[in-house]
Formats: sequence, C-alpha cells, structure tokens
Amino acid sequence: MNFSMTIWILILPLATFLITGLLGKSMPKQLSGILGTLSMGICAALAFNIAYNYFFLVGKVGDTFQTITVFKQTWLSFAPFPSGRAGDGLSIDMGIILDPISVMMLVVVTLVSFMVHLYSYSYMKDEPRFHIFFSFLSLFSFSMLGLVVASNIFQMYIFWELVGVSSFLLIGFYYDKPSAVAASKKAFIVTRFADLGFLIGILLLSFYSESLDFATIIERLSNPDSAFLQTATAAGFLGASAMTWALCLIFIGGAGKSAMFPLHIWLPDAMEGPTPVSALIHAATMVVAGVFLVARLFPLYNLIPAAHHMVMYVGAFSALFAAVIACTQTDIKRILAFSTMSQIGYMMFALGVSGYGGEEGLGYTASMFHLFTHAMFKALLFLGAGAVIHHVHSNDLSAMGGMRKQMPVTNILFLLACLAISGIPPLSGFFSKEEILTAAFNSNKLIYAVGILTAALTAFYMFRLYYSIFWNKSHQSEKAVHPSPLPARMNIHSDGERGRGEASASMLIALCLLGVGTAAAGFIPFSHYISSDGKLFDSEFHLNLALIAIGAGVTGILIATLFYLKPNNRSDKFAASMGGLLQAARNKFYVDEVYEFITKKIIFNLISAPAAWIDKNIVDRTMILAGEITALVSDEVKTMQSGKVYDYVIYFFIGVLAISVLAVFY
Amino acid sequence: MNVIELISVFAPEVWLSAMLVILLLVKIFSEGVNRTNVLFVISFFFIAAATATLVLKPQGSLFGGMFVVNSLIGIEKAILLLATFFISLIAFEWLRTFRNYIEFYLLLICILLGMFIMISAGHFLSFYLGLEMATIPLAALSAFDVEKSRSGEAGMKLILSSAFSSGILLMGISFMYGTCGSLYFDDVRAAFTGSTIQLAGFAFLLTGFAFKISIVPFHLWTADVYEGSPVAVTAFLSVVSKGAAVFIFLSALYNVFGSISGTWVYLLAILSVATMVLGNLFAIRQQNIKRFLAFSSITQAGYILIGIASGTIQGTASVVYFILVYLFSNLAAFTVVGVISEKTGKEDISDYNGLYKTNPRLSLVMMLALFSLAGIPPTAGFFGKWFLLASGISNGMFTLIIIASLNLVISLYYYLRVVKAMFVDVNDTPLKSIHAGFPARLGLVICSAAIILTGFFSFVYQYIYSFSNGLQ
Repeated sequence: MNFSMTIWILILPLATFLITGLLGKSMPKQLSGILGTLSMGICAALAFNIAYNYFFLVGKVGDTFQTITVFKQTWLSFAPFPSGRAGDGLSIDMGIILDPISVMMLVVVTLVSFMVHLYSYSYMKDEPRFHIFFSFLSLFSFSMLGLVVASNIFQMYIFWELVGVSSFLLIGFYYDKPSAVAASKKAFIVTRFADLGFLIGILLLSFYSESLDFATIIERLSNPDSAFLQTATAAGFLGASAMTWALCLIFIGGAGKSAMFPLHIWLPDAMEGPTPVSALIHAATMVVAGVFLVARLFPLYNLIPAAHHMVMYVGAFSALFAAVIACTQTDIKRILAFSTMSQIGYMMFALGVSGYGGEEGLGYTASMFHLFTHAMFKALLFLGAGAVIHHVHSNDLSAMGGMRKQMPVTNILFLLACLAISGIPPLSGFFSKEEILTAAFNSNKLIYAVGILTAALTAFYMFRLYYSIFWNKSHQSEKAVHPSPLPARMNIHSDGERGRGEASASMLIALCLLGVGTAAAGFIPFSHYISSDGKLFDSEFHLNLALIAIGAGVTGILIATLFYLKPNNRSDKFAASMGGLLQAARNKFYVDEVYEFITKKIIFNLISAPAAWIDKNIVDRTMILAGEITALVSDEVKTMQSGKVYDYVIYFFIGVLAISVLAVFY
Repeated sequence: MNVIELISVFAPEVWLSAMLVILLLVKIFSEGVNRTNVLFVISFFFIAAATATLVLKPQGSLFGGMFVVNSLIGIEKAILLLATFFISLIAFEWLRTFRNYIEFYLLLICILLGMFIMISAGHFLSFYLGLEMATIPLAALSAFDVEKSRSGEAGMKLILSSAFSSGILLMGISFMYGTCGSLYFDDVRAAFTGSTIQLAGFAFLLTGFAFKISIVPFHLWTADVYEGSPVAVTAFLSVVSKGAAVFIFLSALYNVFGSISGTWVYLLAILSVATMVLGNLFAIRQQNIKRFLAFSSITQAGYILIGIASGTIQGTASVVYFILVYLFSNLAAFTVVGVISEKTGKEDISDYNGLYKTNPRLSLVMMLALFSLAGIPPTAGFFGKWFLLASGISNGMFTLIIIASLNLVISLYYYLRVVKAMFVDVNDTPLKSIHAGFPARLGLVICSAAIILTGFFSFVYQYIYSFSNGLQ
C-alpha cells in the first residue's frame, strides 16, 4: 500500500482555503460552502481509507504497528554543533508520518471537520461573510491535520501556531461584537504564553538530543543507557534536570491549548465564536492537541516521574475543577466548555497514570480511546446546542425548556450524547471512561476517586442541561430570580411556529452521523490498535469497576432528574390530586430538601460558588493584575524619560560606572 | 597587489565616494534636472551596490591592516545598502517636494561611508574615525526638517549625547593604547591580560557601543530623536545605524576581547534583561507611533544581545540573520508610518483607529510587519527570534531565555494593541483613503514578500552561517 495520497489530505484544505479566501467574493455565495464541504468530505474518505489500510492491511508487522514515513523533506539544516560535539547537527524537516495515533487523529479531525462543514452550510447561511467563514474553516482544518501528521517537533510547532492563528480568526469571526474580539485576543495571548513554554521545551529537547525529529528524539532520550539522556538528566537548573524542565515546559504548551488549569481561562470566553466553530475547535480537535502532544512524547514522559506526575495531577485537578464549575453555569455553551475541559482532564490524567508497554500502558490506550469517543459525542452536543440556540436565539438556559416537542430529533440525539458522556452503557463514553477509571484504579487510588466523583458530577450537570433545555418548561423557580431576557420570542417559537422547530436537513444529517458515531464508537477494541509501544494487548473488562462507574453516572442522572425534569412545585400538585400518595409526596419533598441542601447549599454555595469565584476573581484577576502592574511600572519608569539631555547624561554616567564596577570586580 | 585588486577590496567605499562626487556635481549643475529621475537613479544605485557587493565579495586588508574585509563583512555591507535602498523609497515622496534633496543624500552617503569604514576596521583609530564620520552627519540629518522645531531638538540631543558617549569611548581606547602599546585589534588581543585598567577601558568601550545600539540605560536619547526626526531618518537610525553598530560590536567582542568572554557574557546578559524589560515597559504606554517603534526597536536590541552573548558561530549567524529580518519588518512598518505621516501629518496610535476601513492594504502590511516584529510564526521575525533563542540555549543561559520569552509575551500585547487600533477600534473620523506613491508601494511589496518568504528559504540562513565565525 502506498500512502502517498496522505499528502492530499493536507493539500485539499489548503487549496480550498486559498481559493475561497482569494476568490470567494467573486464566486456565488453557496459555492464556497459547497467547495469547502466537498473537499473536507474527500479528505474524510481518504482518511478512512488510510485508516483501513493502515490498521487492517499493512500497518502491522509482526504484532507491532510500524511508523510509516510517507514523505520527508529536509527544509532547513543547521550546520554541525558549534561546541564541536559529535553528531551531524540539527535539521528541520517537513514530513508526514503515519502511526496509530496520527492515523486515528486524521480520522477524528477530518470526520468532525466534515460534519461541521456540513452543519455550517445551513447554520451560517444568513451570514454575509459566508465565504470567509468557510475559508477560515479550511485553514483551520489544514493546520490541524498538518499538526497531527508532523514528523518533526518543529514542524508540529509551526502548525501548532497556525492552529492558534486560525482559531483566533474563527473565535473573533463576529468582529463587530466587542466580546468576541476580546475573547479571541484572550485566547490568542493565553495560548501564546503557553506556547513559549513549548518553544523553550523544544529548544532544550533538541539541544540535548541533537535532533528535532520525533523518532530520533525518542530513540535517543528514552534509552536509559544513552549518553544523550545522561547528559540531559545530569544538567540541572533550579533543582530540576534539563530533561524535566523540557518536558514540563512542553506540557505547559500542551496545557495552554488543552485548557488545563490554570491556563483554561480562555476557553469559556472562546464560546463567543460561532457554535460550529466551538464544536470543531473547542470540542474535538484543537483542544486535544495538548493530549496528542503528550501522547506523542509519551516514552519520554514515562521516564521522568516529575513531569509524568505533573500531567497526572494537573489533569485530575482540571477534570474535577471544571466539573464543579459546570454545575453553576447557566449559559449552555459555557457548560459545554467546562465539560470539555473536564473531559480533557480525564484524558490527561489517563496519560499520567499510564505506564509504558503492554497492559501497563492501558492508560495511554484509554486516553486515546476517550479522545476518539469524546470527539464524537462532544461535537454532537455542541452542534445540538447550536441547533437549539439557532431556534431560541439565546444561549441562556432560562430562555429554554420544553423543546422536546419542537425538536424531536435533536432531543433524542442530545439525550444520546448526554448518556454517552455520563458513561451509560452501551454508548461509547462508557467504554472509554471505564478504561480510564480502570487504569487509574490500578495506579493511583486518589486519582481514581477524583475520576469517580467527576463522573457523577458530569452526569449531574449534563442532565441538568438536558432537562433544562428539553423538559422543564416553565422554570418558575429560577425565573423569579432571573427573568428570562427573551420570553416573548420563545413563546412565538413554541406556540406559533411549532412546525418549523426542527433544524434544517444538512444540520440534521451531520447530527445523525455523529449520533451513529456516539453510539457505535465504543465497540471498537481500541487496545488492538493503539497502545503505548505499538504492540497490541487485550484490555480486560472489570465488572466491579464498571458497576461503580455506572453507579456514579446513574446517581448523577437521578439527582438531576429529581431537580430539573419538571418545575419544582411538583410536590404541591401531587398533594392536591392524589391524597393517597401524600405521604410519599411528602417523603419526596423531604428528599428534595436533602438534595436541595446537599446540592444547592453545599455543592453550589460551599464548593461550586467559591470555585467559580476563585476562577473568576483569583485566576483571572491574577492575569489582569499582572497586566495592571506592568502598566503601572510602565507609568513610573516613564519619568526617566524626561526629555532633558542632562538627565540622560546622568543616567548614562551611572550606567558607565555600573558597568565598569561589574567588569572590574566580577 | 595591483591597483585594480587594491580598489576591489574597498569597492563599495569607492562607489559611495564616487556617488558623493556625482551628487555634488548634480547639485552645482542641477538647474532643470528632473528631480524624480535623480531620486530614482539614487535608489537604483543603492540596490545595485548591494547586489554588486554580494556578488563580488570583496576580501583582503588595506592600509597596513587598518581596513579589513571578509565575506561576512561583505554580507553586512550588502544588508546596510539594501536597508538604505528601502529608506530611499520611504523618503521619495518627501524629498520630491523638499528643497535640499541632494543634501539629504550627500549626508546619507557620508554616513554610510563612515559606517563601512567602521565595520571594516582592524584598528581602533579607523574604527573611531568611521564612527565619527557616521555620527556627525547623522545629527545633521535628524535636524534636517528645518521647519519643525522638534527636528532641530532631535539633532541637538543626538549630537550632545553622541559627544558624551564618544568622549567615554575615546577614554576607553586610550586605556587600551596605554596598556597594550598598539591599537591594532590583533595587538590588543595579544597584549590583553585582563588587568584592572584594561577591564575599565573595556567597560568604557562597551558603553560606547551600547549607546549606538541604544541599550538601557544608554538609550534615553532614542525616543526623543526618533520622534523628532523625519520618518526616513528615524527608519535609518533604527535599522542602518543600529545594524552597523551591532556588526562592529560583534566583531570587536569576538576578535579582540575573546579572552574575557566570561566577563562580557555576564555583562551582556544583565544589559539584555534591562533592555528587554525597560524597552517593553516604555513601549506599552506610548501614544506616538514613532516613539512606540523606537521603544520596540530598543527591545529588539535586547534580543540581539542574547545572540551576541552566545559567542558561537551560530550566535554570529543568528545576529546577522536577525538584523536582515528586522530590516524588512521594521522598514515595512516605517514605510506605512511614513506614507501616513507624509499625506496626513498624523503620527499618533489613536489616529490609526479604524484604519482598516479606509486603508485595508496599508493596514494589512502594517499588521504583517508588527506580527513579524512580535515574532509570530510563520513570519520571518519568528525565525529570527528562534535562531537567537536557540543560540542562547546552546550556551546554557536558561534564565536569560526564560526572561526573554516572558518579554516576548509582553511585547505581543503592545503590538496587538496597534493591530487592534487598526482593525477593531471604531473611529468617527478615520484617516482618509491614502494613495501611496509608486516607490513606497514598491518598498512595501518587497518587504511584505520578504517577511513571508525569508523564513521559508533556509538558504538565507545557511548562506550567512557559512561565512560566520565564532569566538576567537
């Protein structure tokens, strides 16, 4: 099998970007959308073809999956090392490699991107800058695909930045909306900040391994006997070895893109972008780039416990932290954003608890598995939410409710995705989550407990979201506090235009296809295809652990059902109409009180509210404060610049003295 | 060595001198000469000289070793000539209506000649002569816009500060002579023992260079002079003048003071941190776009010091490469500023609000230039910074690299501020739609193409690398 056609997966979106970007204005409006969708469809077909050939026909030699270099071109070679060290120096290559994770990512990215293109075709149809939107989508897809097949860490960095730039363009697509512009700027600067960590990490790694090629770096630095690794671990700075620094810094880069605490602050704001963009970038593709990066360099992380633990704890903390905050949000997209952060935390800590090779590497497999299934159901959730928002013209939960009759298909698909993310069998989320929790259980009980707790919270807030959109119609209790901003418009839709409730055909097709993925993806035996060292193994199914995980999910769903399925005055109706069941109703009421106390008083007030407060006032504020201090100092030092030459001469003279003293006495 | 060979060693200097004489003659017999043609010929002369220098690669030494040329110095001269070409395009519209347009080039070429002698110096005396030959006409150029008092102030400030700096530089040179008995670079290197007097002399020399490159705390003249001078002169100061000083600084440190590299690496690291941090802090609050670019160029000098401090071949190559990239980015920005200033007289950042609505092309070029200055991939500026940081890492200067990275983020903030002003901020009275003249458009097109492409042609860096040398 010749994989040279892989290059078309990169060329097509790039060509589409150039054509729609440059000529979009002069071609019929719909054509740019058709062109973009078509080229992404071809890419998806190619990706499936490649995946089939790779996984089933030629990828495996013996029992190990090979890394296939499709194409490699030396693009820039540094001359040999200046210090006269051995080695032929660094070179930056442009290349395409296929290995299990990059093939899987190709499938995920092209598939979700294709669905998003399809969906956007009708979602954005009223947008005057339709062709620009599609050209940006193509640019993003191109960058993301280039990132996953990169053979060289520097190539990956370039595409990494391109992904950042195109995400910046897409988040700020509604450029006349100040909040969108602010959000895109925030996303760009926060991730840029993290990327600098990545950049320094690359510099360190390349310096110690004398290579920028992934395969060579891993080969040279993962062998405990190699001279390269010994030099890298011997050189230290501030109490940690250069190797530890490099991996931690690279992780910071990954954490920025993947919205890990405390670099997550850009993600909720990024929801200002159009909803299909959120589905593509902030659910399925860009935000998992950090996970992908850690997985790519996994053999190195596995060797350095400090860096490996950092991945684990940051991931676990982010998972829990985001889940708790998600319980308090009322903006439908923000809930999904925090949910994404939480699920990516899962993937991260799965990598963190994983070992290397065989069954030890279960966490690695599970993490990639969850990445795959999460892409399906989270894209479905976002696109479903988009359909609802399209219908209601508001992001706020209080403007929704009782939508199940107007949008029956969306309702079912959304429910499917909610069940999947809550880990209910036999949907995809159950299998991947169960595998992650098993890996955590085998490695670290604390992380396991965090995982279970997060799973329960996830089920709770997802069903709170689901019921609030599709069931609980009047929202009386909440309405008293937060009057809905758009009640009139909502009523028009729900009463007067009942027939026109459901989303348009191309949107529904995208939703249904993702729904199929959500339902079926779990049955793929992932450990037969993806493992930390390329060798396959059979992952065992642990019934007890699975039951605990399901129990956590079901508990969360039940609590949410009691609270949000119907308006909270249900008990009064019971009392009035069914005298015999009064006692039961009272009991229910009593339970409600307890739940109310536990969830609303304890979780909301004691944990979630402070966590949200910390997020808003401390984490965000620290960043703002840093900016303010800089501005303040800037004002202070401005007085140095008095405009008088004799003042300048005095500073000059002080400088001369200082330098002389340093030069002579150092 | 026959006369032809002799002349070929300092061919660029001969061309410049010849051009000086020709321009003087034009000045005398200029009645009825078409100004536009003269200006075009001058611009063409610069680009032709740059190409010829690059192709001919003059090599050798003259005047008993006082004047030395090698391939790297040839490349450096070509870079300076190329920058001057762009500056002649910036100045084109302005000079077309300016009374003393020939004098502008007389002074400019004098400065260039002085700089060439300075960077080819093999002796402290020829270095000093070249330096002064460049400095005094530069002050005159700063004051060239005689109708503006700020321009006169700029010239005055430059000449006073330069005089002070030269005084200290001369004292450093005399210390060297007193302890080494010679001013040849080779002799000083051989006789350098690191005694207190010599170290003090070295420190004085260092401040002289630092003044020219505008390194904190010797940078204070920069903002005032940049703001007051005509745009073309500001561009010249920020690119050519700074570039020439960096080149000679590099070769003096590596060739003469290599034996005390431990001391100057440490000093440069401190100066680099101070320069980056203070440059950034100043830049954040500037309202005038020229002052803003002045402080941005100070910050860039801080990054250059990282490359110099690494003391390796890679360091030399990355510094020269960075100057080349910086030339394109900075001159693109200055060309836009120049066009707007020439047509509307507006020079404040707030005047740029909503510029995209009325002048989309200028805004896009400006954005590209600012992105390159901020080091955002895939612009050439990113590769320039990448090579500088990489050479710093190879020397193990981790703290310095981390501080530099933090500063890169801060600088991103203020570059984006200008981009935001152009693209996002609303303005009830945006600048009118401006039609830039052909020379300015030519300059912008070349610079934009170079910003996009230089990074992707690995040949450029490799070519510079192949002629670079490290610490001796």
